Amino acid sequence: MDSIIEGKVYVLGDNIDTDQIIPAEHLVYDCNDDQERKMYGKYALSSVPEGQQGLPDGQIPFVSEGSYVSDFQIIVGGDNFGCGSSREHAPFALREAGVKAIIAKSYARIFFRNSVDGGFYPPFDSKEDLLSFFETGDQARIDMKKSVVENITQGKVCSFNPLGEIIEILESGDLFSYARKKGLIK
Amino acid sequence: MQFGSMTITEKILAKASGQSFVQAGQNIWVDANILMTHDVCGPGTIAIFKKKFGQDARVFHKDKVVIIPDHYIYTEDKYARRNLKIIRDFAEEQDLTYFYGAFTDKYKGVCHIALAQEGHNIPGTVLFGTDSHTCTSGAFGMFATGIGNTDAAFVMGTGKLWVKVPETMKFIFNGTFPKHIMAKDIILEIIGDYTVAGATYRTMEFAGQAIKELSMEERMTVCNMAIEGGAKNGLIEADEVTESYLKDRVKKDVNYDFFRADDDANYHTLREYDASSMRSVVAKPHSPDNKGYADEMQDVEVDRAYIGSCTGGKITDLKAAAVILEDKKVAIDTFVVPATREVESDMDKVKVNGKTLREIFIKAGCAMTDPSCAACLGGPKDTFARTQGLERVISTTNRNFPGRMGSKKASIYLASPYTVAASALVGRVTDPKEYV
Ligand code: SF4
Repeated sequence: MDSIIEGKVYVLGDNIDTDQIIPAEHLVYDCNDDQERKMYGKYALSSVPEGQQGLPDGQIPFVSEGSYVSDFQIIVGGDNFGCGSSREHAPFALREAGVKAIIAKSYARIFFRNSVDGGFYPPFDSKEDLLSFFETGDQARIDMKKSVVENITQGKVCSFNPLGEIIEILESGDLFSYARKKGLIK
Repeated sequence: MQFGSMTITEKILAKASGQSFVQAGQNIWVDANILMTHDVCGPGTIAIFKKKFGQDARVFHKDKVVIIPDHYIYTEDKYARRNLKIIRDFAEEQDLTYFYGAFTDKYKGVCHIALAQEGHNIPGTVLFGTDSHTCTSGAFGMFATGIGNTDAAFVMGTGKLWVKVPETMKFIFNGTFPKHIMAKDIILEIIGDYTVAGATYRTMEFAGQAIKELSMEERMTVCNMAIEGGAKNGLIEADEVTESYLKDRVKKDVNYDFFRADDDANYHTLREYDASSMRSVVAKPHSPDNKGYADEMQDVEVDRAYIGSCTGGKITDLKAAAVILEDKKVAIDTFVVPATREVESDMDKVKVNGKTLREIFIKAGCAMTDPSCAACLGGPKDTFARTQGLERVISTTNRNFPGRMGSKKASIYLASPYTVAASALVGRVTDPKEYV
């Protein structure tokens, strides 16, 4: 895992739930089929109400019509990101759409765990309210070692909480590689 | 707190980790008694299991991996059909003892209710499930929590998983609930007070005289929605009500532990409620914590009523609805979906004033179908009662996020079966108080 993550930011509000991240009707595609798995990218965040798609102004679809990958690589969220169902299709869909990191104020438990154990991307949580710090489309640069994120477009820097012990799982790749490394499984 | 004192959740996790003492905040590895999965998350879990443990890998125990298809059953969607086949093939290959396959006489319906009815819920043990409402089973004094496919694949192969021991928030209901108050009102009241993130990472434990007086099905509804408060698990101490429910359902040779908390156990929150002053709660769109009371919302129009799901499709729920609908006609489209085959067959046995529930629903003008999750989570376009446009639904389900029942333009109001049935008669949100 690179310790520097750069990309364009997509800003969302509080309580973005898994039905908004990947609507239930799309949970049927095969995650291991190269063609079908692209559908998860296509429909990532497709149930977010229009007014909240890309804050502050909204009306910016995360993935544009006809595309399978998003123009945005970093998601900034509010409280309780990923609440709702246990579907791992949610972090999977975000990763398929090209997400490299999320920085939210707080996470729902299962979503956070899935993001880490599945090795999809690091879910950071911020001390500060990042919703006023970023606008959708800003360019950002995350430095994991220093636990800071820079808003390159607006020339500001803000810190977030270090990942703590779970970083070992992400660095290993996923829960399985971690457990192997630790000798927990063969 | 004295060293050595534990909550019920801590005691269950201590036992499952082979230690005499664990404490909130610790990361521990625990043994799973059961891993449950279904048709939506089963295929993904199986794929990861095979990828990580090899094509010929065997599950950790053939009696302990329970697969219950329930989400997308009655649909022509070709991918949904394929998912049913993947889990069926896997169950055969692994010779699983408990596979409740769709379109067979073993089919049950909604997984959390089937787990209880088929005797898989064992007090004092650990249950992992690839469904966030796995916390339903906490009603049996056990640790039950939802996990994702990667974690589930890990459990499938090893029978183990790491967990952070949660702190407990304890909600105590003193006195007795009024007659028109149901489990849904209880949990929506708490979620309204604490928000959808108020219990994140924690246990929500429910206690007090009024909770002890609840049936197992009502307890399951309360614990089911612990996840809507963000909790890791819901929990109610097992007692004689639990025991009598288990009596005919659990195999004779199974041992259970009825754990009690130590007197000086440590709680994150202790909150007392007066059960007798409770009112009928309605969660307004688009969040379960958007609390309103039915008696203040009588001008809110609804055009559809939905009675079903793990929180609202059990026989207690359908009977409550039938008490209100008996000898009356619904004013709006009303759908009834029994949670499981057992509930469905009970609809022909359980009676209100001499009439079976099925007779009452038919006469009232409700549409009914076979047991499954149906429109609770939207699902494929041809799903029974799925919203397609601007519907305003009052529903006994547990989530009302945008798009949850299909259309992201629809509005969902969550309420108890009493409130939903009373509202169905009027076409507006209606307090069931006068009807019961
Ligand atoms: S009935 Fe609804 S909440 Fe319950 S398991 Fe099915 S989809 Fe989930």
